[in-house]
Amino acid sequence: MSDTTDNGQVLTTQDGKPLKAALRRALRREKLRAFLLIAPLLIFVLITFVAPIVDMLFRSVENSIVADTLPKTVIELNKWDSSSGEAPGEEVYAALYDDMLIAVDLKTHTRLGSRLNYEQSGISSLFRKTGRRIKRMDEDGPFKDQFIGADKKWGEVETWQVLQQFSPRYTDGYFLNAFDAQRGPEGIEMKPENEQIYMFLFGRTLFLSIVITLSCLLLGYPIAFLLASLPLRTSNLLMILVLLPFWTSLLVRTSAWKVLLQQQGVINDFLVWTRLIDDAGRLVMINNQTGTIIAMTHILLPFMILPLYSVMKTISPSYVRAAKSLGANDWTAFWRVYFPQSVPGIGAGAILVFILSIGYYITPELVGGTSGIFISNRIAYHISSSLNWGLAASLGTLLLVAVLVLFVVYDKIVGIDNVKLG
Amino acid sequence: MANIRGAAVKYDSVQKSYDGESLVVKNLNLDIPPGEFLTMLGPSGSGKTTCLMMLAGFEPATHGEIYLNDRPINNVPPHKRGIGMVFQNYALFPHMSVAENLAFPLQVRNVPKSEQEQKVQRALDMVELGAFGNRRPAQLSGGQQQRVAVARALVFDPELVLMDEPLGALDKQLREQMQYEIKHIHENLGVTVVYVTHDQTEALTMSDRVAVFNDGVIQQLSTPDDLYEDPQNSFVAQFIGENNKLNGKVLGVQGEECLVELDDGTQLKADRVNVSEVGERTTLSLRPERVEFDTNDTMDNLVNGRIEELIYLGDHIRVRMNVAGNDEFIVKVRNRGEKRKLHVGETVQVGWALNDCKALDAVA
Repeated sequence: MSDTTDNGQVLTTQDGKPLKAALRRALRREKLRAFLLIAPLLIFVLITFVAPIVDMLFRSVENSIVADTLPKTVIELNKWDSSSGEAPGEEVYAALYDDMLIAVDLKTHTRLGSRLNYEQSGISSLFRKTGRRIKRMDEDGPFKDQFIGADKKWGEVETWQVLQQFSPRYTDGYFLNAFDAQRGPEGIEMKPENEQIYMFLFGRTLFLSIVITLSCLLLGYPIAFLLASLPLRTSNLLMILVLLPFWTSLLVRTSAWKVLLQQQGVINDFLVWTRLIDDAGRLVMINNQTGTIIAMTHILLPFMILPLYSVMKTISPSYVRAAKSLGANDWTAFWRVYFPQSVPGIGAGAILVFILSIGYYITPELVGGTSGIFISNRIAYHISSSLNWGLAASLGTLLLVAVLVLFVVYDKIVGIDNVKLG
Repeated sequence: MANIRGAAVKYDSVQKSYDGESLVVKNLNLDIPPGEFLTMLGPSGSGKTTCLMMLAGFEPATHGEIYLNDRPINNVPPHKRGIGMVFQNYALFPHMSVAENLAFPLQVRNVPKSEQEQKVQRALDMVELGAFGNRRPAQLSGGQQQRVAVARALVFDPELVLMDEPLGALDKQLREQMQYEIKHIHENLGVTVVYVTHDQTEALTMSDRVAVFNDGVIQQLSTPDDLYEDPQNSFVAQFIGENNKLNGKVLGVQGEECLVELDDGTQLKADRVNVSEVGERTTLSLRPERVEFDTNDTMDNLVNGRIEELIYLGDHIRVRMNVAGNDEFIVKVRNRGEKRKLHVGETVQVGWALNDCKALDAVA
């Protein structure tokens, strides 16, 4: 569209204003009104949801505590060569004395201590101890000997290496930790085998989520098929049965599984009673992976059935009839004609169940024991028990990235347009 | 017909009930010779589609037996009957290309690959869609989808093809064109076709014979012209073509003729179709185009009527008249550019031959 006519004149309204400007002004009111309608929700979401999450994720790289608590020391320490094998010179200790005096007044030195304790144990007590002794030190120095006298750790290279390593305002330390890696003398290296945990947990989370998704699909597909092919009255009744768990508390459902699956539980008692297993050989079905898989499959099943059902509902029965009239037996008609048309429902259901289960927390916590917990349980532990929020944030970021990557892979394989919720 | 290779179908006292309380199909006996194009015509709920589905094998017969080439097929599952079928909404598999759709019946029959391609191409050429093999059904127009559906039902050389209102979703012009195409394909291949529709024009255009269904019973089974010219009862007369109804009672019967007194006292001579006794109520059926304004004394029936309305339709003029108390009496006058003009409100004499007036069972 051009705003000039053939002879170069600008199109105008009756009173001579340019037409395009007039159109923009006319539409501006509409746009503003539309925006005002969504503004409350937008602001609410931004303030209560997006901003805290961004802030939380930012903690995975943020590390200003060293630079804020010990500003002078950090500057002096930058001049020190950590590979020299010797503790830094007097000027660093002098700076440390100045910084510590202030920090002790503000009581921030203990906080710094517990932060650095994540990186090397013992630093927390070092800072506490030094904090108690700092007032008694001679103001005129020399400080190096006084500090080493307070705690001989101040004379060790490792202590200063940690301080120097975490003196920048941003760190990759949390992420290295989340990858089970650490920064050694030779640069980045994997942690010793027996300290690696997070990659293993990520792997288990992915594996169990896939298993749960597959078992939801196996159990849900026939039910959705039944729902879609039964007459409306019957299928409505069955649909209520499918939705019933939705209306029951998650905790109640999970606890019910505890009752059913435990070693003195209903299922084991029944099996013993029918002599299928003897009393000594009761099955362990709870507080391990089996428990997690069973309980989560049950809880997430409706998320598989509903998209499958809504897609299957749209597949006309005449397709299968046509296939049969063309000579296909029941299985061929299903596999070559019905199943391909239900794939969008499988796609939608699978991705829904998978993404829900990969971040699931409460059920693994309750029935997972130690072998059935997910990465999210570890994140929760760092948020509420160990208070290592930086590590929790980096694990959370990794989980988010992993889901996004899987989403892209999924899009490449299945195609996101192939996903239909109804 | 040059090459008849169709199958013979026989319904032997077939009954069908869905709920065990009422019969949808009541005692159906029907013989379809090889190569015939038979149409089951009737209003919705008349049982015609049920009859087709029983033949295809998707509905079991409650009683009776269906024979295909003298072989009872009640216990043969649909995929072993070898019957081609065209569905109402085509039922083309949306996830397969046109060629894959056509190859499907050949694949499940383990036809060799090279022969498959050859047959698919031949079938596509038959419906003039030779270049469309790689398209998806959704990329085709309604008429093209329809042709693919026909080609798919024929590609595995079935002896019998069933069509369930296949043209229902097309617009009028395309529907007429497809009627001729299907008719020609039938003539060329010589297969037996059983065609279900509720559209009488479609039935009359295409069929060798038409079975008119109502209420689960075949009301009349005859060729299209017999159906129109000699309806056997009031339902058929009403359902096929346009029709004037005149109610009265029989005054006298003489051979194939009878004398009927209408409710207003007018006496008319009529062809006796299914009335037998004097005094019986009857409905006279009369086609609008058989009524003449150019009357003469040799005509069997002469009546005066008042012109109520004139509708100009180009090739003919519809005249709505009040004749013998019936003000829905329609006369079709061919437009021959005559000098004689009709006027609303005018009372004129109309007449028709005895044979064009059928005395049928009484309807309200």
